[in-house]
Amino acid sequence: MPDGTRMTLFSMSERAMSAQLVRMNAATSNLANAGSVAASEAEAYRPIRVVFAAELDHATGLSSMRSEGLVRSETAPTKRYDPNHPLADNTGHIWEAPVDESAEMIEINESARQYQNMVQALQTAKQLMLETLRST
Amino acid sequence: MNEQIFGIHGAALEVRSQRMGVLASNIANAATPGFKARDVDFNAALDARLAQSSGAAFESGGAANGEPELLYRRPTMPSLDGNTVELGREQVAFAENALAYSATLSFVQGKVNTINRALKGE
Repeated sequence: MPDGTRMTLFSMSERAMSAQLVRMNAATSNLANAGSVAASEAEAYRPIRVVFAAELDHATGLSSMRSEGLVRSETAPTKRYDPNHPLADNTGHIWEAPVDESAEMIEINESARQYQNMVQALQTAKQLMLETLRST
Repeated sequence: MNEQIFGIHGAALEVRSQRMGVLASNIANAATPGFKARDVDFNAALDARLAQSSGAAFESGGAANGEPELLYRRPTMPSLDGNTVELGREQVAFAENALAYSATLSFVQGKVNTINRALKGE
């Protein structure tokens, strides 16, 4: 681990869970910006995605995951002709954020599932550890 | 001493606990691109640990200083991003391992109870 402490099962799942939270936040931000309109192509909102990376602790052999950064996706904003829109440019076009709502919903669902899995695994491991402690 | 009292159960409990960590790592990295799922060969790891604690020199490499050798899981259907974690499989393995841990723990508990009773002379 980067700060020099040994990675335990608890710190490992904690990191994995916070990485999933970052992913869920990114997907909800994308959803929130669905349908937002900009005056030019450069200003239009681009959906953000989280890049995950595995993080191996050599001392214990455990590997956690972390979010390595956010990337803006390269999809082009949708150009729509709407001359009455206040943001329309001189040709009468506006640019809409290219957010795929169903893809974002699936992203949120998958992230939630993975978070749940981690909680379940953590619960089982904690239960076993407690049993071991109490067994004497 | 440990060996005489608990037999293989002490070593088995340690290997089970290590395997639990490895499987939890797999579950944690189910969405990491390029992550390769790993697992512990329980029999080999237990043999290595027993050989080590009984003082016998073991020639087989890999399992140095008591750490079990980690093997890569062979995926039934590899995914496009190079991730080989199959969540269902990992969950089943985790459940199986937790159950075996419980079983081993109750063997250890039984031994401790027996010795306790012998010491108290009940």
